[in-house]
Amino acid sequence: MHEPRGPLIPTTAHGPSDGGAAHGSVKSYLTGFVLSVALTFIPFALVMSGAAPAATIIPICIVLGVAQIVVHLVYFLHMNGASTQSWNMAAFVFTLLIVAILVAGSLWVMYHLDVNMMPGMMPTG
Amino acid sequence: MNVQTHPLPVATAPFLPEAFESIEEHHDAGAITTLGFWIYLMSDCILFAALFASFAVLRGATAGGPSGREIFSLPYVAVETACLLVSSFTYGMAMISADQGRQAWVLRWLGLTLLLGLTFVGMEIHEFVKLIADGAGPDRSGFLSAFFTLVGTHGLHVTSGMVWMGVLIAHLLRRGLTEANRTRLMCLSLFWHFLDIVWIGVFTVVYLMGAA
Repeated sequence: MHEPRGPLIPTTAHGPSDGGAAHGSVKSYLTGFVLSVALTFIPFALVMSGAAPAATIIPICIVLGVAQIVVHLVYFLHMNGASTQSWNMAAFVFTLLIVAILVAGSLWVMYHLDVNMMPGMMPTG
Repeated sequence: MNVQTHPLPVATAPFLPEAFESIEEHHDAGAITTLGFWIYLMSDCILFAALFASFAVLRGATAGGPSGREIFSLPYVAVETACLLVSSFTYGMAMISADQGRQAWVLRWLGLTLLLGLTFVGMEIHEFVKLIADGAGPDRSGFLSAFFTLVGTHGLHVTSGMVWMGVLIAHLLRRGLTEANRTRLMCLSLFWHFLDIVWIGVFTVVYLMGAA
């Protein structure tokens, strides 16, 4: 069923039809779903109950959000360390770098502009 | 002279329409299509990163207008989130049914996914209409411009995913689970799960951090 392929063709497929990623099993989708529900429920419950100050809740929300993204990548998009997936992974890692530069860079530059400019220097204050 | 007449039909054969069909149906072509689609998704990811960065910079720029805490309803967002999350799971079930060659179940799961997507987009449109009616439209402040752009772009993506899903259902009804349709199913799967991942960023950064 599984034709041999060159290293340039990305696949973790176990069937003849799929390119690029494996399809997983009912069990792996269920695991991902349950983990995802938990990682969604916790931050919503924390914010809605107001159990802790915002300064505590926000970092927790970010950490749980990142954890949920990883769960989705592994259980729904089936990203894993398999070498056959290397081109998907290379594109993904490069994208992460660009995203980090874009988001962190924008926040950094704009924060310093905000701090270093006096309110009177801008017409809108 | 006689010798040259032979190779010519062979050389032109790949450009015949039937040959294109067989190229499209070929396995490795499907794998390359999926990689190409994945690279498109990565570029889409950078588009969303730019919108997230704009939102993060502008989230305090309320210009005397309402802040996130005043306009966001978390229970409402939780229901939207549940729709997208369950739809990711139902799409996964459609993929498993496709692996098993059960076309009727693929169509059922896709139909359910489409219904959940419709609910999500319907709820989002309702939220936008209500905000605009309350004077909290995208023209009110920098914060609201960034909010409508980021959340609206995600909503447009989900909408185009649903149009694609409708077309794919028509393809499946007409031709069945062919190699080409399996490749399409795989690409839409990547797209749909990707949009769910972007939504995790949206509900965390926009709604939860805005309301905390």
